[in-house]
Amino acid sequence: MSDLIEIRWHSRGGQGAMVAVRTLARAVIKDNKYAQGLPEFGPERMGAPIKAYNRFSTQPFSLYCRIVNPHVVVLLDPSVAKIVDVTEGIYDDSKLLVNVCLPPQEVRERLKLKNGKIYTVDATRIAQETLGRPMPNTPMMGALIKLVPVISLEVLLNEVVGEFIGKCSPGIVEANLAAIKRGFEEVSEE
Amino acid sequence: MARLAALTGNNAAAEAIRQIKPDVFAAYPITPQTELAEEVAQFVADGILDTEYIPVESEHSSMSVCIGASLAGARAMTATASCGLAYMWELLPTTASLRSPVVMVVVNRAFNAPLNIHCSHDDSMGARDSGWVQLYSENAQEMYDNLIQAVKIAEDETIRLPVMVCMDGFIISHAVERLLLLEDEKVKNFLGEFKPVHSLLEVNNPVTIGACALPDYYTEHKKQHSEALRRSLDKIMEVANEYAKISGRSYSLFESYQLADAEYGIVIVNSAAGVTRTVVDKLRKEGVKAGLLKIRVYRPFPAAQIVQALKNLKVVAVLERTDSFGGVGSPVFTDISAAFMEAQTKEKPLMVNYIYGLGGRDVGLKDIGKVYANLQVINQKGKIEKSFAYLQARE
Repeated sequence: MSDLIEIRWHSRGGQGAMVAVRTLARAVIKDNKYAQGLPEFGPERMGAPIKAYNRFSTQPFSLYCRIVNPHVVVLLDPSVAKIVDVTEGIYDDSKLLVNVCLPPQEVRERLKLKNGKIYTVDATRIAQETLGRPMPNTPMMGALIKLVPVISLEVLLNEVVGEFIGKCSPGIVEANLAAIKRGFEEVSEE
Repeated sequence: MARLAALTGNNAAAEAIRQIKPDVFAAYPITPQTELAEEVAQFVADGILDTEYIPVESEHSSMSVCIGASLAGARAMTATASCGLAYMWELLPTTASLRSPVVMVVVNRAFNAPLNIHCSHDDSMGARDSGWVQLYSENAQEMYDNLIQAVKIAEDETIRLPVMVCMDGFIISHAVERLLLLEDEKVKNFLGEFKPVHSLLEVNNPVTIGACALPDYYTEHKKQHSEALRRSLDKIMEVANEYAKISGRSYSLFESYQLADAEYGIVIVNSAAGVTRTVVDKLRKEGVKAGLLKIRVYRPFPAAQIVQALKNLKVVAVLERTDSFGGVGSPVFTDISAAFMEAQTKEKPLMVNYIYGLGGRDVGLKDIGKVYANLQVINQKGKIEKSFAYLQARE
């Protein structure tokens, strides 16, 4: 179980964290690995801070609980950091992926973070430009597998095509694929 | 070839229902079962499941529909949670004592108040005396496997009892995980056609079902029901063995994990068993003889087998996601205590009862680790100071 990767998403209700963790888990499992996509539900409203979790491994695991010590934190909405301790329980070498238009160094200063490694991607802008809506979850999935290469970009794109086909117009499928690819390509690291 | 799938617990139950192909599915949506009810409705609407889907106005009606359909000779299923199960309560003992082989998914959720949509086992544990068979599932795979087996158990001519199959709300019902599915054909052949012993629609062979029984005959009805439920234990194992042949996955009445030489044991139900197993692995590496007993079949209660599995342990904690307010302890605890009383074994462990995880309170590795640490302290002292406690609660 040594290769178990635990990822905690911080987001707000309505930004698509639930869809993201479930889609990623499906993609990883279909690539014949083990994964879990666990949204943390509640009577949450649109805009309320929420958490969601991903676990990836090449071995079976049976952890049906929240993630308290994440290897990766995904911050889908940076404003959540003002009200939630998004770095709680992280390791010294944990990775933080932040949806923000700032460079990683500035995020470090603002979060007053001493450890970890910061990655940024302007997922909201990518979403606006590709999907025409500020839905950062799709580009964020692309960015995440760049720094956690548990599956290839192609596997993720195939999963999204499979999920969307028949439910959305070809234009929307294409826009989502473009958003994922751009998320994957446009990650900045410290 | 088995199919690799990535599904939520609700998806897995819906997939099993699609393969089981009930003649009638009557359900009312309730969180966290809603996705399941929707998915089955979608299968029917898309024409890939030939089932009479009856969107009832309440759970009282869903079970009433299932009873009627079942007694008319149909394979009938439903699914519910929490208040929904409470609302159909009147019909639960009716279903069982009418010997209708209805199969129901219960997505475990807490009872109000305060209002809570998350996991406790209040609902199904509260229904333990209604005369149903109860199976519990740690994860989506077990929900899928148990649900298919449930139909075979329920419809067996010697049993003819309804079966409740439970999984944890949200923790399992809404989480995507990896599982293996059987081919449709295998499930179809495993279950066969439902052949009712009597059918209300057999006009040439009319029978009366659900008649009035006054003090002169009521007792005999209940005795037969009680005996059928008790003897279903053997049938449940028979079905499990048969299922192992087609699936490669073995099930017992309960899971014994590292129990054979264990000194410290936790008895637990549903998803938290997964966390406990992980803690057992860690403790074993440190040289602590920890073990786990995960309940699968809770009704009928495999008393003698559980006594055998636990009698040589030093200290056992029964962890439960519900309370029996004002009782000696929570449901599984009192059953195990009674089982030891009945068995009169010389050896028996010291036993404590902890309530955990209410209303979805997360139970993690640290929480379970603390319990095993407690059990070691109890063993050192040689006595129990507090046999009943709420874990994780603010004082």
